[in-house]
Amino acid sequence: MSKISIPLGPQHPGLKEPINFGLVLEGEQIDKATVNLGYNHRGIEKAAEERTYIQDIYLLERVCGICSHSHTTCYITCVEEIAKAEIPERAKAIRVLVAELERIHSHLLWLGIAAYEIGFDTLFMYVWRDREQVLDCLELVGGNRVHYAINTLGGVRRDITPEIKAELLKRVDILEARTKYYTTLATEETTVLARTQKVGVLPKDLAIKLGTNGPTGRASGLARDVRKDEPYLIYDKLDFKLITADTCDVFGRVVVRVLETVESCKIIRQVLNYLPEGPISIKVPWKVPEGEAVNRYEAPRGEDIHYVKGNGTDKPERVKVRAPTLANYHAVPHMLEGGWMADVPLVIAAIDPCMSCSDRALVTDRAAARSAVWSWEEMRRNGIEFYKRRGVDFSKVVLK
Amino acid sequence: MKKNTPGRALFEALRQLFKDPATSTYPFSKAKLQPKFRGRIDFESEKCIGCKMCVRVCPAKAIDIILSAEQPAAPAQVEGQTTPPAKKKFDCIMNLDRCIYCAQCVEVCPKKALISTDDFELAQLDRKALRRHYK
Repeated sequence: MSKISIPLGPQHPGLKEPINFGLVLEGEQIDKATVNLGYNHRGIEKAAEERTYIQDIYLLERVCGICSHSHTTCYITCVEEIAKAEIPERAKAIRVLVAELERIHSHLLWLGIAAYEIGFDTLFMYVWRDREQVLDCLELVGGNRVHYAINTLGGVRRDITPEIKAELLKRVDILEARTKYYTTLATEETTVLARTQKVGVLPKDLAIKLGTNGPTGRASGLARDVRKDEPYLIYDKLDFKLITADTCDVFGRVVVRVLETVESCKIIRQVLNYLPEGPISIKVPWKVPEGEAVNRYEAPRGEDIHYVKGNGTDKPERVKVRAPTLANYHAVPHMLEGGWMADVPLVIAAIDPCMSCSDRALVTDRAAARSAVWSWEEMRRNGIEFYKRRGVDFSKVVLK
Repeated sequence: MKKNTPGRALFEALRQLFKDPATSTYPFSKAKLQPKFRGRIDFESEKCIGCKMCVRVCPAKAIDIILSAEQPAAPAQVEGQTTPPAKKKFDCIMNLDRCIYCAQCVEVCPKKALISTDDFELAQLDRKALRRHYK
């Protein structure tokens, strides 16, 4: 049979964000797959160098909507490490609380999307209806549904009052009951099993070799979780299980995520009962001394890494973001190869991809064998030339 | 665990038939907001001292604090005393199209001249209407 190569994306109904997959098909089976990134590059790292540490919190919150708390916590821990500031215990507890609420929110969102890709729209609607509970919790704690903006330099911005605590406990009970129902539904319903078992298989040795992390890696039997391996904030004081699955397929990824949601409910209850008294933030000078720090954080999608370099002023010299999805992309072609065309959207969705998280630019000049850092002006000039070649002239746009 | 049961969601789907819809009828019914909600930022000119801390921290460069066109009259001169400096009055220009509603300016303001309100229905057909001039 002759082979046909087709592009999937950057604009495709099966994808939620722009990304391109090159698929070589043999009949309806995938012979070879490649992944091409770079349709959603926004220059966030460069913009972070132009802003102060405080302003960067709100900028980095917008790297991704779903993991908005993950990126800021990872970044702000780096800054506090450089500034040698020890934040109060209560602030740490509140950060963990929001992080776990965010994990529930992200995993329920993912379960809905996976159900939608399977074609099980009833499950999608029910999951997203119950996800409103956790969004209300986040609004209660932070003020807004998606960008909670709870972190600040030296602690958190909003406190947990006894009324909020009681309301959260009530809603977490509802969430736990509903999640347990979805666990049975997702692991016993014939439709789900038929579409997820033995689909997008990634064996454990390959998962290690390709450096997958987060629920994608844990579904391949890779017992890795930054919360357990290198406990940050107050995770060493909490009792929770590390969830793994050994089926190595999309079904395993479903199981890992729903069970992690139940674990997160447990963590939230522990944190609310632990919540020590005291201040929620300390004063940290806006000018951060020279130094550099790298920090790891278990985001809902996997391991998030931030690098911050300070130069003694109120602006960082370099901020580097390594979002979890970037590590998982390499595994996607391996999951797709040998599978069926109809499973492609589901397999891609199964790593919980976030395209806006992972698009970072690196400019290297191989011919001249040099690497230089672009200035903001150079980057803008390059952008104007890029769009001019495509027939749009942005040179008259004045930036404030 | 009993596996491979078809129609697991059937009971839930039937139960849903007798329940109210999960969606609200916004804009016909009012949206419920939590007390900590961060909406449009309001400005009180009497409290502002013009330190421009809000302008410094704004991540979106949405705020500008300018001297008001009309300044209050200087306090009357009292015999034998040095004249106290006249209190200056400031205006706030808020670009709602740039604002990201993080309310960092509210937090940093030393005189509480900026307030976070519950106002969130801010869409406009005219772009100029998004540039609010608070006096």
